[in-house]
Amino acid sequence: MAKNKKSRAEAIELYDDDAIVLDNVTKSYKVTKANKGSNVLKGISLRIKKGEFVFIVGDSGSGKSTLIKLLLRELTSTTGSVYVLGQNLNKMRHRKVPAFRRRLGVVFQDFRLLKSMNVYDNVAFAQYITQVPEKEVRRNVPEMLGKVGLAGKYKAKPRQLSGGEQQRVALARALVNKPEILLCDEPTGNLDPKNSWEIMKLLEEFNNEGTTVVVVTHNQEIVDSMQKRVITMHKGNVWSDEETGGYVYEN
Amino acid sequence: MRINTLKYTLKEGFKGLFRNKWYTLASIATISACLFLLGIFIAILMNFQHIVENVQKGVAVTTFFVEGTTEEEILTMQKQLEGREEVDRVVYISAEQAWADFVEDMNMGEYMDGFPENPLAKSANLEIYINDASKQADLVSYLESSSIVRRINKSELAANTLSGIDSLVGVASIGIIGILFLVSVFLISNTVTIGISIRKEEINIMKYIGATDFFVRFPFIIEGILIGLIGAALPLALIYVLYNQVILGIAGQFPSLTSLLGFLDVTAVFEYLVPVSLGIGVGIGFFGSFFTCKKHLKV
Repeated sequence: MAKNKKSRAEAIELYDDDAIVLDNVTKSYKVTKANKGSNVLKGISLRIKKGEFVFIVGDSGSGKSTLIKLLLRELTSTTGSVYVLGQNLNKMRHRKVPAFRRRLGVVFQDFRLLKSMNVYDNVAFAQYITQVPEKEVRRNVPEMLGKVGLAGKYKAKPRQLSGGEQQRVALARALVNKPEILLCDEPTGNLDPKNSWEIMKLLEEFNNEGTTVVVVTHNQEIVDSMQKRVITMHKGNVWSDEETGGYVYEN
Repeated sequence: MRINTLKYTLKEGFKGLFRNKWYTLASIATISACLFLLGIFIAILMNFQHIVENVQKGVAVTTFFVEGTTEEEILTMQKQLEGREEVDRVVYISAEQAWADFVEDMNMGEYMDGFPENPLAKSANLEIYINDASKQADLVSYLESSSIVRRINKSELAANTLSGIDSLVGVASIGIIGILFLVSVFLISNTVTIGISIRKEEINIMKYIGATDFFVRFPFIIEGILIGLIGAALPLALIYVLYNQVILGIAGQFPSLTSLLGFLDVTAVFEYLVPVSLGIGVGIGFFGSFFTCKKHLKV
């Protein structure tokens, strides 16, 4: 394993096959009149290798959503360091953020499709933003829609689709730029069990093709049966980290 | 920027107009209403200034000279006067000319025989037309300092009234244009804020995918500029039609008034009005969407 010495000042060692490294990360929100301030994350350290499939589970308020926001660099940590794909997010300049985010794919519970655009345009949108030539867009988008099982629905608007189908569009959009890491925040939260399973199967397929997949979820049944690495969070700490396991934390 | 991106953002800008039709209409209506008022105001103002200018040019100071002043001396003075800033033109009227004019004005051809000599022999004079009534006093004091000047005929009242009205109109116009401008900027900034807050979610999605600030803003800015352009073009067309109608209407109702005042031609007004309206429309659209976008881009 080749060491990638970033700089002497950085205490933690980074390796070429690290996808995500958190080093003693805390996050607290500012003290306001209404709020005495809170430590949402209380010193988390974890390491996710490239190509891994990881579930992050935990009850509400355990800090899962904050963690996702840190990884997307929507927020920066209060102390500690967050490294994603070898880049220190705390030191990243604002104008470098778009280029960084293009290396990630992200899927949300509420799909977040552009309602005014049809299925094809929603996916092609991600390619336009990254300035992929039109010729390649016309090849990539149908290919990706085929992979998620929506080959016949290019022209449908999001409101004409079921929840499961909308999440497939969101997945296609997240993956069309071939991201190195796919972050999913409760991807099955709005779906019935059948659709949830189909989405998880798709995630597993893309993981098998080499994409690092991080899934934040509440869905105990799925976590238990997929037998992947499970990181359980509780009150801003990592409660457990099992190589292959189930939904550990019990109320 | 790639051609592809340019095409895409232009297309999105156009699409944006139709995405929130009511807000687009509200924005266009607001800009149109303000620019319509502004346009009418500018049209009236320009005509008023044109009329005042015309009347001012008709105000003349007439100078008569002491006995024995040669025509040469008078012509030298005419040269000097023509060099002065406030002087529009100077007309030399010789004694013979003055008598001939008088005869013609009075229609007294048949009584001419009763005047063997020119009764207006001492009436050679300079008619000095000035371009700014407020400067009349300067001119008069200059003339009074000359040794050959015998008498100065001037109209103090006309000059003072005209320069008074002129500066009043100037102050009032700046005030009214300022108020209209502030009102339209306020209304448009409100409309753009609402329009963009509707699309906050969309902007968020774009940022998650990795869109640059520029890429997110550009379609909104195109949209703002288009709204501004349409909002400026509509009142221009309306004013064009109205202006001709009103001028024709006044000419039909009060033919004597028209010949006296002399309204500006519509092209003369629009030479000024078109760039001003379009400039303000585009400016409001651009700045409105630019700054509002900036506010909503902190993802």
